[in-house]
Amino acid sequence: MAAVQVSEAEKVYIMHGVRDDLRLDGRGCEDYRHMEIETDVVSNTDGSAKISLGHTDVLVGVKAEIGKPKAMVPDEGYLEFFVDCSANATPEFEGRGGEELGVELSNTLYKVFNNRQSVDLRSLCICPGENCWVLYVDVLLLQCDGNLFDAISIAIKAALFNTRIPKVHISEDEEGVKEIELSDDPYDCMRLNVENVPCIVTLCKIGHRHVVDATLQEKACSVASLLISVTHRGTVTCVRKMGGGSLDPESIFEMTEAGKRVGKALHAPLMELLQKEESLGKKRQKVLYLFFIFPGMVLSSHQCPAGRLVCHVSSEEDPPAAVSLDIFHPIIALLLPVDEDQTQQVLITAVFL
Amino acid sequence: MGHGTYMDEDRLTASVAGEVERVNKLICVRPLKTRYNGEVGDVVIGRITEVQQKRWKVETNSRLDSVLLLSSVNLPGGELRRRSAQDELAMRDYLQEGDLISAEVQSIFSDGALSLHTRSLKYGKLGQGVLVLVSPSIVKRQKTHFHNLPCGASIILGNNGYVWLYPTPGHQDEEAGGYYTSMEPVSLSDREVISRLRNCLLALAAHKVLLYDTSVLYCYEASLTHQIKDILKPEIMEEIILETRQRLVEHEG
Repeated sequence: MAAVQVSEAEKVYIMHGVRDDLRLDGRGCEDYRHMEIETDVVSNTDGSAKISLGHTDVLVGVKAEIGKPKAMVPDEGYLEFFVDCSANATPEFEGRGGEELGVELSNTLYKVFNNRQSVDLRSLCICPGENCWVLYVDVLLLQCDGNLFDAISIAIKAALFNTRIPKVHISEDEEGVKEIELSDDPYDCMRLNVENVPCIVTLCKIGHRHVVDATLQEKACSVASLLISVTHRGTVTCVRKMGGGSLDPESIFEMTEAGKRVGKALHAPLMELLQKEESLGKKRQKVLYLFFIFPGMVLSSHQCPAGRLVCHVSSEEDPPAAVSLDIFHPIIALLLPVDEDQTQQVLITAVFL
Repeated sequence: MGHGTYMDEDRLTASVAGEVERVNKLICVRPLKTRYNGEVGDVVIGRITEVQQKRWKVETNSRLDSVLLLSSVNLPGGELRRRSAQDELAMRDYLQEGDLISAEVQSIFSDGALSLHTRSLKYGKLGQGVLVLVSPSIVKRQKTHFHNLPCGASIILGNNGYVWLYPTPGHQDEEAGGYYTSMEPVSLSDREVISRLRNCLLALAAHKVLLYDTSVLYCYEASLTHQIKDILKPEIMEEIILETRQRLVEHEG
């Protein structure tokens, strides 16, 4: 993970702060940073989610493919995880630098999901012993600001919730050759039950106390951390200790209890949020058209917030839609909703800065 | 025709997003998101990255690492003498890799690297506190960058975008000259003030409000009605910044 350098005096300050339950940004030891989750962001996947936790950005895509089930469990499908640490996240990931971390993250995910309850693998079976659904879960790290495991696990839960697997129909002809037909209706699909999908909680030990959702500075002050994955009922599916320092058994017990508590409290609001977001459905902006604006827009510095430019785009029929663009890209792509048959004239009426 | 512009079929167009500066007929565009370009006399905060022979390499958010020469720091006790070989060997006892310092830009090398000095009692190694990273272009140039805010903490607004928040030192620590860093725990009330200021600085930076002592103070006062950890939530951040902007406009008007 990206590391920041911290001076000795800063470390002392952070450790005393954690002892007094007041971290650098005013959070308590068990508070998470502001989290934003968005699902259905990548159109050519069966399910996707994007999460930003502080400055950590993770994008997860789930693709369902038909494959052969494993020999040991012929009536179950399975999940395959792949984590890609993009070079955009931090210069350390340039070239093959992010491979080690990616492999570590994937292996942890395999361990977390390696039990019968997390995902109902039987529902992924099409034809026992011959065909099953294989869910390829691809995780892309876009930005790295500490606490990768937690962000990835929440994003995976959101992406699996969003996954729509097409319903298949098996037809057998006279010679016994089985044919798999996908239904024609794109909305005829099955959803996964993600109630039991666990979320990972990373607890870093700083001084004599532990913190949840550590930033990079806090990570630099901690020598050991405990990673536990908890389901909504409080069941622990995986425990891992990371870091070079040592943890005595009492603190491991304490940290596990705290992790279970925090993890349990994470699931209910998350499911509520996902269901609410899904019910917004069609009213959310759908991306259909790409429209390029040439570079060279000059804006006054004191008016421009945070590198984001919010335009109100108006056309004859639709009400103005607010689209936000990143202003520091040389080519700014403006994504607009457009009906298939009509050519819409779009006019940028006002620029909100 | 200046930096940040190009001719696009007889029209002068900006190639970066930023502020337009016009000096007679020279039009430049100063970008908003940029590395720090040093000027002589700027106050900067930097982190030591390397200890070399007779100098330290300091990271200051510029294109090249800045240089702090051994001859540009004050010796303990304030002696004025030639630096000996023993001083060279004792360099790491004073500043190690990872330490934070406040310094002033003395000169600029031909390749653009800055040469820093800490030859004043107000500069030197920084003790306990919080470092906040913002863009260099939103720190306002002022006469003094060291402020003791009335809310109970002190701030150093580095021109390079590094802002240092620390508890206001008591009178007895003044004569140490940057060599002694106290490891005593900071009181909870001071910590709350510093955390609140840190979140306010991040909120101001996110909304590209120019940073100087008055704007920081107004933002602090506007945030008092909210809890410290809520300041960084987008809706609450907007509210606080709106109030700060209004007060700043009234203050100038």
